[in-house]
Amino acid sequence: MLQTGILIFPGINRERDMAIAVEQSFGKAPKLIWHKETDLTGLDLVIIPGGFSFGDYLRCGAMAAQSPVMQAVKTHAARGGYVLGVCNGFQILTEAGLLPGALLRNAGLRFLSMDTMLSVERNDTIFTAHYQKGQVFRAPLAHGDGNYTADPATLDRLEGEGLVAFRYAPGAGGAESQNYNRNGSARAIAGIYSPNHRILGLMPHPEDLVDPLMGGTDGKPLFDSLAAA
Amino acid sequence: MKAIVTVMLKDGVLDPQGKAIGHALNNLGFTQVGDVRAGKIIELTLTESDPLVAKAGVEDMAKMLLANMVIESFKVEIAS
Amino acid sequence: MKPVTAELAKSFGLNAEEYAKVLTIMGRTPSFTELGIFSVMWSEHCSYKSSRVWLKTLPTKAPWVIHGPGENAGVIDIGEGLAAIFKMESHNHPSFIEPYQGAATGVGGILRDVFTMGARPIANLNALRFGDPKLPVTKRVVDGVVRGIGGYGNCVGVPTVGGEVNFHPAYNGNPLVNAMTVGIAAQDKIFLSAAAGIGNPVVYVGSKTGRDGIHGATMASTEFDANSAEKRPTVQVGDPFTEKLLIEACLELMQTDAIVAIQDMGAAGLTSSSVEMAGKGGVGIELNLDNVPQRETGMSAYEMMLSESQERMLLVLKPERSEMARAIIEKWDLDYAIIGKITDTGRIVITHKGVVEADIELAPLSDEAPLYHRPYTSAAKPAPLGATHDPVGFEAALLKLMACPDIASRRWIFDQYDSTVGGQTVKRPAQADAAIVRLEGTNRALAITTDCTPRYCAADAEAGGAQAVAEAWRNITATGALPLAVTDNMNFGNPEKPEIMGQFVDAIQGMAAACTALDFPVVSGNVSLYNETEGKGILPTPAIGAVGVIEDASLATGLAIAPGQQLILIGDTKGALGQSLWLREILGREDGAPPEVNLLSERENGDFVREHILNGAVQACHDLSDGGLAIALVEMALAGDTGLTLHPSPEHIPAHAYWFGEDQARYVLAVSNPTAILTAAHAAGIPARHIGHTGGDSLTLTGGNPISLATLRDAHEGFFPAWFA
Repeated sequence: MLQTGILIFPGINRERDMAIAVEQSFGKAPKLIWHKETDLTGLDLVIIPGGFSFGDYLRCGAMAAQSPVMQAVKTHAARGGYVLGVCNGFQILTEAGLLPGALLRNAGLRFLSMDTMLSVERNDTIFTAHYQKGQVFRAPLAHGDGNYTADPATLDRLEGEGLVAFRYAPGAGGAESQNYNRNGSARAIAGIYSPNHRILGLMPHPEDLVDPLMGGTDGKPLFDSLAAA
Repeated sequence: MKAIVTVMLKDGVLDPQGKAIGHALNNLGFTQVGDVRAGKIIELTLTESDPLVAKAGVEDMAKMLLANMVIESFKVEIAS
Repeated sequence: MKPVTAELAKSFGLNAEEYAKVLTIMGRTPSFTELGIFSVMWSEHCSYKSSRVWLKTLPTKAPWVIHGPGENAGVIDIGEGLAAIFKMESHNHPSFIEPYQGAATGVGGILRDVFTMGARPIANLNALRFGDPKLPVTKRVVDGVVRGIGGYGNCVGVPTVGGEVNFHPAYNGNPLVNAMTVGIAAQDKIFLSAAAGIGNPVVYVGSKTGRDGIHGATMASTEFDANSAEKRPTVQVGDPFTEKLLIEACLELMQTDAIVAIQDMGAAGLTSSSVEMAGKGGVGIELNLDNVPQRETGMSAYEMMLSESQERMLLVLKPERSEMARAIIEKWDLDYAIIGKITDTGRIVITHKGVVEADIELAPLSDEAPLYHRPYTSAAKPAPLGATHDPVGFEAALLKLMACPDIASRRWIFDQYDSTVGGQTVKRPAQADAAIVRLEGTNRALAITTDCTPRYCAADAEAGGAQAVAEAWRNITATGALPLAVTDNMNFGNPEKPEIMGQFVDAIQGMAAACTALDFPVVSGNVSLYNETEGKGILPTPAIGAVGVIEDASLATGLAIAPGQQLILIGDTKGALGQSLWLREILGREDGAPPEVNLLSERENGDFVREHILNGAVQACHDLSDGGLAIALVEMALAGDTGLTLHPSPEHIPAHAYWFGEDQARYVLAVSNPTAILTAAHAAGIPARHIGHTGGDSLTLTGGNPISLATLRDAHEGFFPAWFA
């Protein structure tokens, strides 16, 4: 079982959702780690949840990326530790340089809160083993700055080296089927891996769809995959 | 001493905000407006009194935090 | 600083009689700061001087009510040792002057009212009324208000799960932004505002004080004129990041035993919080303003006492716990300052730079606050509508109504609000008649809604007041939840006009009757008067926010139908078209009497529907409201992406009145066993009809041409995206 910790920055607001999803699949509550912590020894998986760290003032994730705990996350990543960043967590990972590219304002300049469909680009990573390759699943998104961008060479490299984790995909029927890449992300990229596939950043929130009561369990395989690792 | 840091998206990075502002200006009848780029200005009050030292320090700040060098560029002006 | 005179008092909003009372209480001419304190405490916003005598007539008690009106928010028992704490509050005037910040700080203010009592906020809703969509100013206001609500609510991490939107030219210069927050606390961990403990420290927590919104509370109590735009500098700016820190810091501090009393600094900031805390506790309070954390230099005592800077709280702490409290607050990067102490003098004494700037006896400040029995005249009841002729037919009317601003899909709005943060949202916007939010760690959920039909209130405020309460009760019932209690947000014009005061009185009487008949007490609320621009009042708008509970959240029922279900209409249909949307949109008329509100039928029909939802017999349910039966059916079809086939209208009612009449106390149920429901209804004396079945991809009237769901969806989804394209 992966020893798991969730980072808490001031302004983070999806740490409870994440903890519930982790506990449901792992059978054990994750540790909550305050942003001033400098030692992550003993953890296998560090999760950076969604929210508005430091108000997302200046740029989303910019100030969190400079906080003490992110130095420790870099050390953790350098020794091969696993990192999952969702939404603001993804933004923080790019700002910290642990993943390439950046998340810009949504193409329509409005906050987007809706379900989106994601396609699984590969299922041979620790995060996606319980999905099928090419499977399309549903996940809520809720962000103002999810428009993934990188220079064309980086995008080519991400695609060429199999580092795209999820893409926005058309859904079946209903109003959600059209215009599926609503935030305008380059090549419809919703999530990416580090070259060793041990760091995953994505904008949508699989942790908010792990209970049939909330509309489905499409996000649960991600946590089941990690729980089985 | 004050430092004024201007942060802009790099040329070539799509600026939807600038585009929307341009669109709105055109709609208001300002047809002379072509491309619009939106950025931000950050004003810092410094204790340093040597303008060269001050500028070097602020450039470090800009690279580390104030601008995201993946998508943004910056300019530092020192005003007394 | 200007000398204090009757004229200055008048400019502060105190009339001659009120100023004379101030002189009597003080026994001398008040200082500038003292005059400021009287003017805000005696403003309509803080003193409820025009409304208080009538608010007292509302029913406020029930076995499940823990704290009714008088606290920062209402508190009810929702089972398992938990309490729901909730309130709705207006931020109307600021939202017209600066829509983004006005709406954002409205959300921030109501959140503080709820977490100040110890509750973690779990849901936000918003009841919004805007002017004519054809006016550019309306578009600007809608855009700013929606962005402001989203900007604040999304950042603090409280899901925005519901609300309502209406448009009418009566709101052109005076939109209504009524924000509601619901929070959850353990019943034995509820915090109140009454100060106690002579010598206990008075502690300031949160953001620093600036010159924001000085006299906002009095601005909220005056009419707008052409110069309103110049009032812009007094608008407060919200900082949702600091609010989030304040929520976490306060909830962490509340886990300890440090707090004696706590109140947020809302309207009239430091003045109302300190006066109310000391007043409720029957003690005195001393403040030294030198210690107030300040954002600007050179602030006077008057400015600090009246500042409406956001994201601030006032606490009375146990002295031996104050250093521990400081550590918790500073861990969250918030200002913590001891600014005074509780005394036994019964007075509020304010010092600044060694000078006593105010020294007022507290009891008369509240006990002798003005109380007006304003003269009122009720409008004559409107004549019934009489027969109408349908010039366009079913399909054209249906498509026009589905697309009209009052019915069109609100997706463009709620897609900008984070409705899932917290991971407990069972029914999101437009999925059910009320939002359903589970209580973390239990099977239980709350059902939450806001409702009011202002056009009914304008025609007959008593019927409209009753209808608003009944519709809220119905919306909760339609999910299977048991409606428990109400918060009201009374938005009216100038109460000094007898006809406006008459609307207020009539609405209260209608609400009181409905609350009594439905066991639905009022536990909190807010009054917003003087909603007029250039002498023209808004439609009377007694917005109702309501909360219910469902013990098993998996039984909560939504709108979405599926193929193979039978459709049952519960309730009596007479074809009431007076004040209906069909009348307005198709005939261009806004007249007639609003639909009758029969509270006995409401109760009986609703109790029947809830019973059958909870025994598992109902797969989908929708109450009937704006646009009547046809609109409700299409909303169910679009929610489930499933077509329907409907029996023709009965012969005794004109077809257009059957399909679009707005008779109350009605529901559509989708069931698998229609015979069982019809038999049970018959036995219980509940009107029930089998009206059709589900399936396919169009709406078909038996004998008519099918209307495809795609056509209906395009009509329904078109308005907002086209407006903001």
